[in-house]
Amino acid sequence: MPQIVTANRLDDGRVVFLTASDDWTADINGSALAANEEQAAELLAAGARAEAACVVIAPYLIDAEAENGQIRAASIRESIRAHGPTVPYGPPT
Amino acid sequence: MYRYDEFDQQLVDERVTQFRRQVERRMAGELTEDQFKPLRLMNGLYLQLHAYMLRVNVPYGMLSSRQLRQLALIARRYDRDYGHFTTRQNIQYNWVSLEDTPDILAALAEVEMNAMQSSGNCVRNITADQFAGRAKDEIEDPRVWCELIRQYSILNPEFAYLPRKFKIAVTGSPNDRAAVAVHDIGLRMHHGEDGKPGFEVIVGGGQGRTPVIGKTIRGWLEPEHVLGYVEAILRIYNMYGRRDNLYKARIKILVNAVGIDKFRELVDAEWEHLRGGELTIPAEEISRIHAYFAPPEWEELPDGAATLAAQLAENETFAHWHQANVSEHKQPGYAIVTVSLKAPGREPGDLDADRMDALAELADRFSCGELRVSHRQNLVLADVRQDQLLTLWQALSALELATPNIGLLTDMIACPGLDYCALANARSIPVAQDISRHFIDVDKLQTIGNLSINISGCMNACGHHHVGNIGILGVDKRGKEYFQLTLGGASDQQASLGDRLGPALPQDEVPGAIETLVDTYLGLRQDADETFLETYRRVGITPFKTAVYGDDTSPRRVA
Repeated sequence: MPQIVTANRLDDGRVVFLTASDDWTADINGSALAANEEQAAELLAAGARAEAACVVIAPYLIDAEAENGQIRAASIRESIRAHGPTVPYGPPT
Repeated sequence: MYRYDEFDQQLVDERVTQFRRQVERRMAGELTEDQFKPLRLMNGLYLQLHAYMLRVNVPYGMLSSRQLRQLALIARRYDRDYGHFTTRQNIQYNWVSLEDTPDILAALAEVEMNAMQSSGNCVRNITADQFAGRAKDEIEDPRVWCELIRQYSILNPEFAYLPRKFKIAVTGSPNDRAAVAVHDIGLRMHHGEDGKPGFEVIVGGGQGRTPVIGKTIRGWLEPEHVLGYVEAILRIYNMYGRRDNLYKARIKILVNAVGIDKFRELVDAEWEHLRGGELTIPAEEISRIHAYFAPPEWEELPDGAATLAAQLAENETFAHWHQANVSEHKQPGYAIVTVSLKAPGREPGDLDADRMDALAELADRFSCGELRVSHRQNLVLADVRQDQLLTLWQALSALELATPNIGLLTDMIACPGLDYCALANARSIPVAQDISRHFIDVDKLQTIGNLSINISGCMNACGHHHVGNIGILGVDKRGKEYFQLTLGGASDQQASLGDRLGPALPQDEVPGAIETLVDTYLGLRQDADETFLETYRRVGITPFKTAVYGDDTSPRRVA
């Protein structure tokens, strides 16, 4: 299964994903996909550099599925991280 | 309520300055995350699934209207317009940024609040009966002792690095509304043989992955010795508690390992050194703290029972609310009102900023400007004139805060679960929402009567599932969320841990299973006064198990 790198941004803690241009995005669809272990290791190394530069905290690899240009996290936990709580919150609408 | 003196204020202000500098150093790369994490946790700042989460102490659940307005301001300015009240009577913000946190702590310090020791391996917020000082069954106001323990334990260097977190709860009433038996230390006020009030000291209770009902280590302790005895327990725990295994580090594991009698021996030997020493609380200090909790000058009100009865007879919706949400006050003519944060379909314990402001206003108008947070994640207005109950109820109704379900099936405890929490295996809030939508009929809820449902999204049990009359535990079965039911838990003066009903169920089967359990109870109870728990204790688990599973108690196959 393809993998992507995710982390939390240091300054505001938001969930972010590593892009192909070594940048970070809150949109999981912008993630760089690693098709094999070697690519995954490269992405994780880029994540570690961003951690050392105080951009993100604790980057790690997650399984993801790509279909029709959309990237989907494989686990419920990572899907909730990518898209936010599954329940409404804040003032009732 | 307690007001900061110059020492409290200086300590909190200095802590804000210190943390501001620590955040600057972290942002500048002078501190790594490994170095910074313990520092932010000591200031209540976690990193959860989506963002940083800040846990703010509400000491023993007491809030002034001014403080609640400031909490609303923080929710608006720094978060997403809401906060979440927790089972430690605290409030959590789910979306704060690291950069804003020092400003948030400064805003809290302006109203005599802080987030110190709301995380970490230290003495956490001391919790108490939410009806403290007002309950008719109360012997003494527990808040006095909570405040003394708070002052003693805050930034106490000897107990800054305990083996694990440490939770203390105090009740001044024989009817325990503070769940003291499932705390590291529970203090239960009762009358000694000579009629003098003192504490039964309970130790080694807790929930989590190893649930334990605490054991009595001392049947009666003079209140002035409460700090000395707590210190003796903490010392023994600090000395012998395990530090090699996170899951075996709580005091309950130590007490179970050595046995309560040996543990008592160790504590009493330590206590001999401390007894009568500087931790004996002078009577004048007890009086000084007591004065902060002096009741307001209640009016001598005529008995309004007849007027109230007429109002209740005229308005069935008001009567439903009164029956569930209004409790007896020790002063004639007054009442204690619990404001439910469990409206159908809502997230238990959440409150938005506009309603925080509105409730602060109602506290000023109807209840001496004070509120309390209950460990069941509701808010309490503790000094409402009986003749103003109808007007208050109308105001709460306009705010959609008059859900008449306190103590009933839909007054559920639920942890944030997998929607927010980095530890969770399953989502708790959607389960609570499903149940609250399923049981919408107020008449049916009141027919069922007292029944607690507690929901946790993982075995850490923040949602107190072990002590729910019906407990619901979220588990992960090969990547899917399932829910394990337990029956017969209770956190009151007859505390008990729930028994596992059978194999875990998928989420969509949970409300139906609860309905089956309730119908089974209604069919078995001897009369309308026999509660779910009493029926369960009388008949045992078998009829409930059979009703839900039939003959098939094999584990559900994951689709």
